[in-house]
Amino acid sequence: MVVVGSGLAGLTGAVVLARAGRKVLLVEQHYNLGGLATWFKRRGGHVFDVSLHGFPAGMKKTCRKYWSKEIADSIVRLDGIRFDNPQFRFDTEFTREDFVAKLQSVFGVEPAAIERFFAELARMDFYSDSGETVGELFERHFPGRNDVHRLLLEPISYANGSHLSDPAIAYGIVFGNFMASGVYTFSGGTDKLVKSMKAELERLGVHIRNRVQVDRILVERGRVRGVEAHGRVIACGAVLSNANLKATVERLVGREHFTSEYAESVAKVRLNNSSCQVYMGLREGESIPFVTDLLFTSTASRFDSLELCEMDTSSRTFSFYYPKTRPGLERYAIVASTNAHWSDWNLLSPAEYESRKALLVERTLESVEHYVPGVRGKIEHVEAATPRTFEFYVQSPEGTSFGTKFEGLKPSMTLHEQVRGLFHAGSVGIIMSGWLGAANYGVIAANKVDAWLHSLVEVEA
Amino acid sequence: MNREEIILAIKDIIQTIAPDEDLSELKTDVRLRDQIELDSMDFLDIVMELRKRYGVQVPEEDYKELATLDGCVAYLAPHMQGKTLKVGV
Repeated sequence: MVVVGSGLAGLTGAVVLARAGRKVLLVEQHYNLGGLATWFKRRGGHVFDVSLHGFPAGMKKTCRKYWSKEIADSIVRLDGIRFDNPQFRFDTEFTREDFVAKLQSVFGVEPAAIERFFAELARMDFYSDSGETVGELFERHFPGRNDVHRLLLEPISYANGSHLSDPAIAYGIVFGNFMASGVYTFSGGTDKLVKSMKAELERLGVHIRNRVQVDRILVERGRVRGVEAHGRVIACGAVLSNANLKATVERLVGREHFTSEYAESVAKVRLNNSSCQVYMGLREGESIPFVTDLLFTSTASRFDSLELCEMDTSSRTFSFYYPKTRPGLERYAIVASTNAHWSDWNLLSPAEYESRKALLVERTLESVEHYVPGVRGKIEHVEAATPRTFEFYVQSPEGTSFGTKFEGLKPSMTLHEQVRGLFHAGSVGIIMSGWLGAANYGVIAANKVDAWLHSLVEVEA
Repeated sequence: MNREEIILAIKDIIQTIAPDEDLSELKTDVRLRDQIELDSMDFLDIVMELRKRYGVQVPEEDYKELATLDGCVAYLAPHMQGKTLKVGV
């Protein structure tokens, strides 16, 4: 079988299938593995992590079960998480207990109201979706409390592109996982993580091919036949696509292989927003004091999902990388992330594009200087990534960094009912996004692939 | 496989998924989730291991049958007939 794409869902799907005894070929168009879970180097000894900014505690269990003890043991808790905006400013443990305490002491919310909110989240059932949005859920529990809404959603917005207009049900599930027992990271950086994963895949006999661009997923009589890349056909009994859902259906397979009803439903799926990032590397020998690990900052007076995506938003996260991130390497880096829209960036002329990037860098430096006075003089390398950068490197449509909106979940889960032997795992809806969601979705899809391959053998026998 | 062997087979699978859990006191008529920490991903792992070790395919709509050890025995007995117990793999 073939896995197309090596994001965390593709990687984890591949490892589960290999452990189940399947013969797996993993193809990735980029020269690295990991999709957005990746890193890059720059002259001067700089290493930057693209999305290693924090994931939930559950990642440890997922890595222990599907990867290795060594990988799971490298997962460590972040020491500091801070909010700083005109509505509130504090350090948090990022645990349920601490959020409850802050809601009482900082926001003055009645304990009973907090209890009701958490109780409702705990009762939320994936199969009984009321159709309510996140914004409506917040308004019902904490009416008029935009500051509370900000606390409850802003971190998740950066982690997976959630908006106030997204379904409350998806938020409920993510909140329970994410904002419950701290934020974790990978000691050694994304490079160590992905290299460990690659070694484990190779140990299990997975064939990995980088720089292979799959042009088509081949379908015959409603069943997957193979993939075509560089003019060659690789025949296989199953394909697990870790490409974007819409790209899988419309670009790799082609609408003609689906029922019109299904193709229509995919056409209506909205893409999630993209991101901008500014990577700042400190000169060798320079250091900064510990500020915090993860800083959610904004000067916007009120929280608004749309403001978060504006081109000149002041709402961003700073991820501070100290020597503890890569033990043995005495280096410091800071990565700023904002949410962004493809449509704001893709039509700019080359000159406009460069000047908007320069402006983004300048505003980010001004902001970080506020928290770490004098840091500007220590920064040796700085560069910006935009939705166009993500589109270029990851090939996600419109550079989306969080896959599709929630409605992508159903067509993703039912893809194999349209084309037998074809499965999808990738960011669809906020449940299946982010580090943990993507990895677990890879497992869920791998189970279906394995069942399909098992049924083929039974028929042949 | 008889009843005792099926229980042994399931416990051995659970032990690989949740290595830190003590399974010696598990009651057969109480939901597994109420006795040890098992989430929906863990149940998926049980299903995958059953397929791998015994060639038993549990369709998604039947996952609920595996909620208790007694349920596992009732559901799996016909599928496990003639299969050899594999533990510690």
